Amino acid sequence: MHEMSLAEGVLQLIEDSAKTQNFSRVKTVWLEIGQLAGVEVEAMKFCFDAVVNDSIAEGAQLVIIETPGQAWCLHCAEVVNVQALYDACPKCGSHQVQVTGGNEMRVKELDVE
Amino acid sequence: MCNVCGCGAGETTIDGKAVEHEHSHGGHFHVHADGTAHDHDHAHDHEHSHEHMQAQHMHYHLHEDGSSHDHVHDHLHGHDHQHEHPHTHTHSTAHYGLGPAGAHAPGMSQSRMVKIEQDILSKNDGYANDNRAWLAAHGIFALNLVSSPGSGKTTLLVKSITALNGSLPLAVIEGDQQTDNDAARIRATGAPALQINTGKGCHLDAFMVGKAIQQLGLHDDSLLLIENVGNLVCPASFDLGEAHKVAILSVTEGEDKPLKYPDMFRAADVMLLNKCDLLPYLTFDADLAVANARRVNPDIQVIRISATSGEGMDEWLDWIRAGCKKAVARKTIDGR
Repeated sequence: MHEMSLAEGVLQLIEDSAKTQNFSRVKTVWLEIGQLAGVEVEAMKFCFDAVVNDSIAEGAQLVIIETPGQAWCLHCAEVVNVQALYDACPKCGSHQVQVTGGNEMRVKELDVE
Repeated sequence: MCNVCGCGAGETTIDGKAVEHEHSHGGHFHVHADGTAHDHDHAHDHEHSHEHMQAQHMHYHLHEDGSSHDHVHDHLHGHDHQHEHPHTHTHSTAHYGLGPAGAHAPGMSQSRMVKIEQDILSKNDGYANDNRAWLAAHGIFALNLVSSPGSGKTTLLVKSITALNGSLPLAVIEGDQQTDNDAARIRATGAPALQINTGKGCHLDAFMVGKAIQQLGLHDDSLLLIENVGNLVCPASFDLGEAHKVAILSVTEGEDKPLKYPDMFRAADVMLLNKCDLLPYLTFDADLAVANARRVNPDIQVIRISATSGEGMDEWLDWIRAGCKKAVARKTIDGR
């Protein structure tokens, strides 16, 4: 369900930039979605296709760039890779980790006409 | 002579007959030196919604017989004009204006890249920042209460409001898909409450809350309690401008809920472990639930509470009062 709101957010950003950048059709949309952003990529693609119907992005291809989850481990004092928000540090097993990357959800760029 | 296509009146014949030169410049009528004539329609449907860099674009026609003509469209036109050339003649035509933009510039592709680099939630975050700034300027301490449906949020709110017993000015925003049952329960305590029905929506967003704040007419230096839609997934992503998210987990749920819905427990600063009066009758391991919450969010503050027995209510209300004091103090400092 919340992928639907996010897809609407993507379309809003596209429509806003269509006004400022003067374009009338969007062919490709690049999204950057972090592994820890809580976004289901397949659901996002499904919702995007539904939301852009009858818009300037109708039929646009959606390319999702997934970025890895990263966290700062207090014990190891270094950045480690994590798969999920509640993962322990893969090196020392501590849960004293602070997520530093992989929670982004952003529209990176568009291919437009 | 026609000043659009340059063909001369009176020189034109088709099968030896003079052509009545009726130019209705929706269509272009051309007669060439070899005596052939052709007619092609430019169904220009100019919706001039925006301007284009090229003020002119040129249609260049080259015919097999070697004759050529070009005609200049001197206008600012939009991308969205329909540029159909149903040529009814048999000459082969080299046409450079058939691209989607209806124009051609050497070396320039019709499509281009636009850098956006904006967060998908930036619109919501913008409204949330406005809410946060407004609340801060008025010394209002706002909490966003999130949980699954049935965790006892509304009962806890009712009991908290009753316990505060008017010592603190407060207001409540209730979020549900349908009905204003919850707002009615709050209003029964005497506190002002506004119900937001999200319809198909699964969460409150900052825009809705901003509108509700305007309508409620909040007191300065007061407490604002926002009860979000019962949902442990979506409300985690939507900042409303609150000071803290408070997650409520009841002991009739599973100890592993923080692991199942990590986004929410990570976004929250406080977890209320509710319905603790039922612990003797359940196999629920409260320590494990707290440990799971800390796995997701090492800094989360936990208060064990029961709206029914009153256990933990003092700690919870003290925490609220401390937050309200801080909000008032910050307003005074920032206001200077």
